[in-house]
Amino acid sequence: MRAVAVAGVGLTKVSEHWEKGLKELFTDAAHKAFEDAGTKEIDALYIANMGAPILQEQMHLGAMLADALGMRGVPALSVGAASASGGVAFHEGVKAVASGFADCVLVGGVEKMSDGLPEDVLSVLAMAEDQEYTAYTGVTNTGLNALIHRNYMETYGATAEEIAMFAVRGHEHAVGSKHSQYPFKVAIDRVLASPMEADPIHMLECSGVGDGAAAVVLMPADKAPEGVEVAAMSVATGPYYLAGRKDILTFDAVKTAAERAYKTAGVTPEEVDLVEVHDETTIAGVVSLEDLGFVEKGKGAAFVADGCTLRGGEVPTNTFGGLKARGHPLGATGLYQVGEVALQLQGRAGPCQVEGARVGLAESLGGLGSTCAVTILRRS
Amino acid sequence: MSVPRYWRETKYRYRLIGQMCAQCGGVNFPRSGVCSACGSADLEEAKLAETGHVVSWTVVRNPPADYTVYAPYLVALVELDDGVRLLTQLVDIEPIKMKTGMRVEAAFRRVKVDGDSGIIEYGYKFRPLIE
Repeated sequence: MRAVAVAGVGLTKVSEHWEKGLKELFTDAAHKAFEDAGTKEIDALYIANMGAPILQEQMHLGAMLADALGMRGVPALSVGAASASGGVAFHEGVKAVASGFADCVLVGGVEKMSDGLPEDVLSVLAMAEDQEYTAYTGVTNTGLNALIHRNYMETYGATAEEIAMFAVRGHEHAVGSKHSQYPFKVAIDRVLASPMEADPIHMLECSGVGDGAAAVVLMPADKAPEGVEVAAMSVATGPYYLAGRKDILTFDAVKTAAERAYKTAGVTPEEVDLVEVHDETTIAGVVSLEDLGFVEKGKGAAFVADGCTLRGGEVPTNTFGGLKARGHPLGATGLYQVGEVALQLQGRAGPCQVEGARVGLAESLGGLGSTCAVTILRRS
Repeated sequence: MSVPRYWRETKYRYRLIGQMCAQCGGVNFPRSGVCSACGSADLEEAKLAETGHVVSWTVVRNPPADYTVYAPYLVALVELDDGVRLLTQLVDIEPIKMKTGMRVEAAFRRVKVDGDSGIIEYGYKFRPLIE
């Protein structure tokens, strides 16, 4: 297996792009990534998406988007792992280049959520879970997170405010970011005064609805001297049903994927300079930090409230705002994360820059932590 | 939902039936290809307990399509007296009276209605247990 590098990054602003469809959003991001990499001679195209079959009634994105890029002839396919599609598609792209099967690959995620009515978007999110016994109860994705949230507070004595601070930190980090959906601060009082989405989770603790596309060009590391090395990538699945888990406060898939990735990269959590986690809600962000090994189980909320996840803190987390403030265009999110880590390691993060960052980690979750993709990038 | 798809699950949803592993005695719910505890495929249908307690709960205020007319509603993670956990709606109680750990029992209820001409879907929900 040969070393692979992220040779180019292209991110569109996450927003409500009423005038753009899947093709326009995707080609915007792809063109930016090609320009950044200095090449568009790709020999495979991987698409990450979750909701197009429902929200746009569109399948077969591989051929459609290859055609939109004028790249007829390249093999193309879409990769689906719910909201972990981006991380899993990245994994597939890296495998293609590492194995020598391809020399240059574009991995791009695209999602257009604003085409759906709010209840349709909630249905799409719930499709990550079992339709017969989980979604059948009428529970939403946020509702599932809420079961964890309440149990976390009751088990560890964490306060609503400590957990809600995860959203406040994300918004602080997004200020100045060009591609983030909500690049402004939000005070803790406003978060806690926002209406309940699924008790005890407030509306402003949840990621919102947005359209976006993110793409990266992957090449062998020796052909991309300016690129960022993929030190490790790992995908794991965990128990599918929340009700089937003995410990609902641990995402087994995150622990498994993270352990493998740390081992492959030869790094420990202490050596990671910044992390992008999948905070679809505040509690998902807190649990992720714990299961990735950055803080002891049960202490994640206090860790966040104490400022340890700030840009100058112990573990700078969600440096462009994360799912809450950068935005969460489902299938594209995992590629925003990887792209952001690459920009940080190259010193191109502008006002969001974590100084001297050499190693960064991205964590992408599908369903309620039943799929996890962990990527570790390193500046050589 | 198509009729065969609905029909396929009725026994399990109506009567709370899971699987017991003939090798280790572990119980699956919902039914699956192998025992979730030991991996054995030697499984037999088994009736689950109909009473249990609430491990965690929430109030869904913004529901998915098909459930909008019922909102807000309670959803809980319930641990049955035989140790099996399941996800369920809670009925016959207001959110303000909810307490983690409260005792509950299975009830048979309407779950949703598939438009004007589709099927009416039923299944288990749980309600407070009056002892």
